[in-house]
Amino acid sequence: MTAKTTSGLRGGIGTSAQRPDGIPKVMGNFAYASDLWSEDMLWGSTLRSPYAYARLVSIDVGPAVAMAGVRAVLTQDDVQGKRTFGQEEQDQPVFCDGFAQYWGEPVAVVAADDEETARRAAAAIVVEWEPLAPLTDPQQAVDNGSTFREMKIRRGDVDSTGSVVVEGVYETATQDQAPLGTEAGFAIPDGEGGLDLYVTSQWIHVDHRQIVACLDMPDDLVRCHPAGIGGAFGSREDISLHIHVAMLALATGRPVKMVYDRTESFAGHVKRHPSHMVYRHEADPDGNLVKVTARLLLDGGAYAHTSRAVLANATFFTVGPYRCDNVVVDAAVARTNNPPAGAMRGFGAVQTCFASESQMDLLAAELGMDPLELRRKNALLAGDPMSTSGQIIEGSLPTLEVIDAIEAIPLPDALADSDDPRLLPGGTGLTTPSSSVVRGVGYAVGLKNLAFSEGFDDFAEARVVMTPAGVEVHTAAMEVGQGLVTVCQQITRTVLGTEKVAVVWDDTSQIGSAGSTSASRQTQMTGGAVHAAAVGLRDQILADHGGDELRDDGVYRDGARIATIEDVCAAGPVDHHVRFRHPETFPPDENGQGDVHAGFVVAAHRAVVDVDPELGLVRVVRIDTSQDVGTALNPQAITGQLEGGIMQGMGLAIMEELVIDEGIILNPTFTDYLIPTFLDAPAVETRIIEAGDHWGPFGAKGIGESPTISSTPAVIAAIRAATGRPLTRVPVRPEDIVGI
Amino acid sequence: MNVTITVNGEERVVDVAGAESLLTVLRNDLDLPGTKDACEQGECGSCTVVFDEEAICSCLVMAADADGAEVTTVEGLGSEDELHPFQEAMLAEGGVQCGFCTPGVIVAGSHLLAANPQPSEIEIREALSGNICRCTGYGAILRAFETVTKEDA
Repeated sequence: MTAKTTSGLRGGIGTSAQRPDGIPKVMGNFAYASDLWSEDMLWGSTLRSPYAYARLVSIDVGPAVAMAGVRAVLTQDDVQGKRTFGQEEQDQPVFCDGFAQYWGEPVAVVAADDEETARRAAAAIVVEWEPLAPLTDPQQAVDNGSTFREMKIRRGDVDSTGSVVVEGVYETATQDQAPLGTEAGFAIPDGEGGLDLYVTSQWIHVDHRQIVACLDMPDDLVRCHPAGIGGAFGSREDISLHIHVAMLALATGRPVKMVYDRTESFAGHVKRHPSHMVYRHEADPDGNLVKVTARLLLDGGAYAHTSRAVLANATFFTVGPYRCDNVVVDAAVARTNNPPAGAMRGFGAVQTCFASESQMDLLAAELGMDPLELRRKNALLAGDPMSTSGQIIEGSLPTLEVIDAIEAIPLPDALADSDDPRLLPGGTGLTTPSSSVVRGVGYAVGLKNLAFSEGFDDFAEARVVMTPAGVEVHTAAMEVGQGLVTVCQQITRTVLGTEKVAVVWDDTSQIGSAGSTSASRQTQMTGGAVHAAAVGLRDQILADHGGDELRDDGVYRDGARIATIEDVCAAGPVDHHVRFRHPETFPPDENGQGDVHAGFVVAAHRAVVDVDPELGLVRVVRIDTSQDVGTALNPQAITGQLEGGIMQGMGLAIMEELVIDEGIILNPTFTDYLIPTFLDAPAVETRIIEAGDHWGPFGAKGIGESPTISSTPAVIAAIRAATGRPLTRVPVRPEDIVGI
Repeated sequence: MNVTITVNGEERVVDVAGAESLLTVLRNDLDLPGTKDACEQGECGSCTVVFDEEAICSCLVMAADADGAEVTTVEGLGSEDELHPFQEAMLAEGGVQCGFCTPGVIVAGSHLLAANPQPSEIEIREALSGNICRCTGYGAILRAFETVTKEDA
């Protein structure tokens, strides 16, 4: 599996093959879920709770039902099957069930002839609420025993001490994935009691399981189809409007379309968990880590979603990519009335990376050591035990290589002496003269697990089919923009020796699960399934025809063609279907010990910032990165992931925060939730480190999340270097820099 | 009320109720879903069209105010056989990931290049600062501009 197979074939692995959906996307005719349409369709709209916590006293749908053009109004009373859903724990009612547990929780849905009527009808529903005091303090929730999960790590000698000690308290705010495409779904009744559902998702099979349970329908009557998706970043890991739009279609017998507007989207999907982290690092005078002690508190909001797994990641990556034999962690994810939290790129590792990298810089300063030297000295390498779980690192872990590579990228000139305001902190606000600007440089290194952990039965199915017209790859993996579609083609081309490869998106009735497009897993998991299926197909064809090589025009033996592709397919298309699994993982024991992870990936970032310390303004000049990729299957796609992920990491560092007051999001719009623009985007230089790995196709690792993990602490380290401020909370606000 | 808009060179008459945006009319009445709806506040640029020679957010224009206007959407730029050079460059440089911002970026970018075939990097950044991309981090889009401006040089 780890052999490097690079051929001269166009569009095989190792090339920057172009994505097959690129032309429709630049022409504007790629069909996103929100573009689906039929002449007889209805529009759906949702009524949401205006309170973070309230008792639903009564609901009168009469005024909505009475409106012309309204075809259905549904509430929790109309749920035919299981009344709750959820990926890990089915704890969220389909609609408010007696209580609203968070601001924006769905109360009712309406289907009407047009979008405007649907919205007006939803607003016409009369609800009597009894507002209650929301539980919004996660510590209070933990004290009350209101948690989704509590975990601990006890490794080594918990009484050991080091003579050099640094302590810190760190916080990360609530970040939103803010994919450009909002939630959208299109449900079409088939006229025979069944339903086809096209919906924005990261994992249609896990959606399907929850949808059929709530609809109380047999599996085969509901078919979930991959739909065109405008980004995800974790926001589509959980159910949003899926069940609602399906219920409306079944109730009306007509196709129903639902599309969230931006404010609904902010209310309607899970966020990155806000966190509060208390850290203590102890080292010997030479800088060897002796002990790390941490308390982690994440706020999971009102419903479970993936909070259990997010907490596990935060916990296992408490120490980052460093060796430490004595580790004590107590961690909890609270259940509150804040907006539900769940998956976002980096998935728990982002929060603890910010804290632990801040600690490493503090420790370096305390020791009088160069921060990178301290990191090299303690670098976690292949063959070492994970400092938290004790798991021996299998496969590659080029921690030293990424540190060396990031340091070797040349730094820019000291300060641009330009007075162009577009290049100064604050931009064209003309607030900062160049003479006020101070430059800072900061580094960070981040570690992440690959694919699902803790004994989860993680698999991906793929089917590769040889036809006279070319090869088809069948999968239900969700392409959310990252380029999985291209990687599937590239792997198949390289294995089967043909350029003519098309990816066919199957629905849930046609193929088994590909697992989630999350956890940096699809290049390895669906890529691994496609690789295994293509290899199986090739070997089967060669065996059937007695050949030793498969090319795009047939089977060869000793360089001579002995069968054409038409011969191979004489009895019909030939296919090979695979269910691929990564190396087995296991649940941790009560001390958090065990082989909980399938693999690891490491990356480093260096940020250069210009700061106006008097006004607290920051311009990020550049963020460079060195990234462990195992094997580079598509260098251009890797660069795209690295640059895009860095921007989200920078967003968390200095811009992106959902401001939440008593459970209510105060800035659920693109006017008030700030996302980095072209003018905010720093220059980025990338270094790709290829050290192979033990199970991905051709030795590839997933790299979707790494760029968002250590980019945030690198930016903060740079601002600290420029200002001397402690900056223990992200995003950093101007007042944190000014010190008021 | 009937509104007459010349869209991608073709005169179209739409019966609008009054309050809908040009974006809504393009997507829902004129069968032009290439123009995307992502924020409806003029912040993200996904709905960028050229309106009487200006690149604007179509979510901020009342459809009724488009009466008599000339509008170019992404569907009016290039064809599968002959893509606009900026469309080609976006593909070649990996400027497209999820693609939801892409129509707006293509319209804003080609509009900039028509007015200024050799924009500097900072001019590009400023001209497209209203087009948010959540996937690429903008690097690949800037490289797409670079290839187009080099070709023209």
